Amino acid sequence: MDMLQFPANIAAAAGVNFAAIMPEVILSVIAMALLLVNVFINSEQKAYLGYLSLIGIVVTFFSVVSGWGAPQSGFNNSVLQDNFSLFFKGTFLVSAFLTILITDQYLKREECNWGEIYPLILFATVGMMLMASGTDLMTIFLGLEVLSVSLYVLAGFNRANLKSNEAGLKYFLLGAFSTGFLLYGMALIYGSTGTTRVAAIASYISQNGMVLSNPMLVAGMLLMAVGFSFKIAAAPFHMWTPDVYEGAPTPMTAFMSVGPKAAGFAAFLRVFIVALPAMKADWSELLWVLAVLTMTVGNITALKQTNIKRMLAYSSIAHAGYVLVGFTAGNAVGTAGVLFYMLSYAFMNIGAFAIIVLVGRKGEENNNVSDYAGFGFKHPVLGMCMSIFLFSLAGIPPAAGFIGKFYLFSGAIQAGYVWLAIIGVLNSAASVYYYLRVMVFMYMKDPTEEFDWLAVSPSLALCLLLSVAGVLIPGIVPGTLLDLAQKAILM
Amino acid sequence: MLSLHSYLILSAILFSIGAIGVLIRRNAIVIFMCVELMLNSVNLTFIAFSKYLGNMDGQIFVFFVMTVAAAEAAVGLALMIAFYKNRESIDVEDLNLMKW
Repeated sequence: MDMLQFPANIAAAAGVNFAAIMPEVILSVIAMALLLVNVFINSEQKAYLGYLSLIGIVVTFFSVVSGWGAPQSGFNNSVLQDNFSLFFKGTFLVSAFLTILITDQYLKREECNWGEIYPLILFATVGMMLMASGTDLMTIFLGLEVLSVSLYVLAGFNRANLKSNEAGLKYFLLGAFSTGFLLYGMALIYGSTGTTRVAAIASYISQNGMVLSNPMLVAGMLLMAVGFSFKIAAAPFHMWTPDVYEGAPTPMTAFMSVGPKAAGFAAFLRVFIVALPAMKADWSELLWVLAVLTMTVGNITALKQTNIKRMLAYSSIAHAGYVLVGFTAGNAVGTAGVLFYMLSYAFMNIGAFAIIVLVGRKGEENNNVSDYAGFGFKHPVLGMCMSIFLFSLAGIPPAAGFIGKFYLFSGAIQAGYVWLAIIGVLNSAASVYYYLRVMVFMYMKDPTEEFDWLAVSPSLALCLLLSVAGVLIPGIVPGTLLDLAQKAILM
Repeated sequence: MLSLHSYLILSAILFSIGAIGVLIRRNAIVIFMCVELMLNSVNLTFIAFSKYLGNMDGQIFVFFVMTVAAAEAAVGLALMIAFYKNRESIDVEDLNLMKW
């Protein structure tokens, strides 16, 4: 099985090659320009920064699309823009786009309308893109840190709000702690193989089989797995997730639960599949345990949550578990399933968070599940959107979440992990309970208090429209997207 | 002449002191200093390997780690100040608004 191999049709570029980092360059230039513009405009005009960053994201997206099928390598092979990284870059840009659409209304309501949030989102996206195209441990580390440092600020963005402070500080302390483990793992792998290039690590190991019994290499692999598991919020390294997701500003929670998770998976896949294929027997056993723990802990804890943001935090842990099932399988179907799932997860999760943004009031976020009583009758269209997102999260056809789960689990079955797939399906069945409980409140309970008229801003309506389309279209006709995901890993 | 092993053992000890410090100390700034200790022990590992292997990659990595640690310090201290302004404390026991 040749996945994520260095494309044969390009020469290994020795020097600088800006074509390999074109999307990153475009997006960082735009983000820096926005930081400058932000100084010169008053607080009523901050929304324009949002529109400008949306334009920037669209331009970057075109650059990503035009790079498809024409892999570029540069900077002494420390970045490789292949279809795999381009697919992930598309996912990151989609999640940043949808997030910015719901940010404006939230910031105005919470009276923290500071323009820095848009450049920060763009910088975080640049970090994610570097993680996906990094083929050197150094590039991956730098991408991860550009992402993390921006996210620490975004989590604590509402600086007058105690919960937001607490979320930012908790995320920072635990994130920096986990970075230490990741780095130590990288150092040990560098020490035992003498290189930081992922492809060179693999060729060193295949030429010197002795190194496989070197405890330093094994410890390095384990420490890196710990570091990445923290980023994707896999149990038992998930303890920060519910607190940070609950405290952070809601649009940032939506962003954090989608983009960085996908970026973590991109780097995790690249390092383990390309650099350490010789240790596959070891790491797939480790991932098996992680996947089962993550799914079970996430789902069981989500069952008793009453706060909807916290419930979606645990649900995002459970979703990381489903994706780990596909990763554990390590075959083409499972890995393509990971790519497909992360993209459709971006649509369904940000869509659900858009509704949560809408229901909130200044200072009173209305995050309790019981606040949704009667919501479906009062606002039929919004209620229907929320139902579609929840159905997709629960994995009920014809939503994209079902197709994604189907591919993840069938990858596991093809690779011989039948029990893993069974545990995954059982978990998925248990998760229906807490998703449908929200719908029971929406459609079967009388409202406890009078709903105000909800002001849906045009950008938020666009976000909902795109999310519904992104959930339903790949759910009903998944062929094109699955084809792209297959091409992304086999090229 | 010290061998590679002495450096690796020293950095492993420093890393463990840092990790244990993060887990048992309660002051956010001390925890952050322990994290910095962990990062610096990793730097020591990189340099020891780099010297031993006669390969510059490790030393370049160290420069990046130091840069990133500085950026992290700026953001982290800013977050601590924001928290201190609202709570008048930087004890992690006071990070208790959200539980389970």
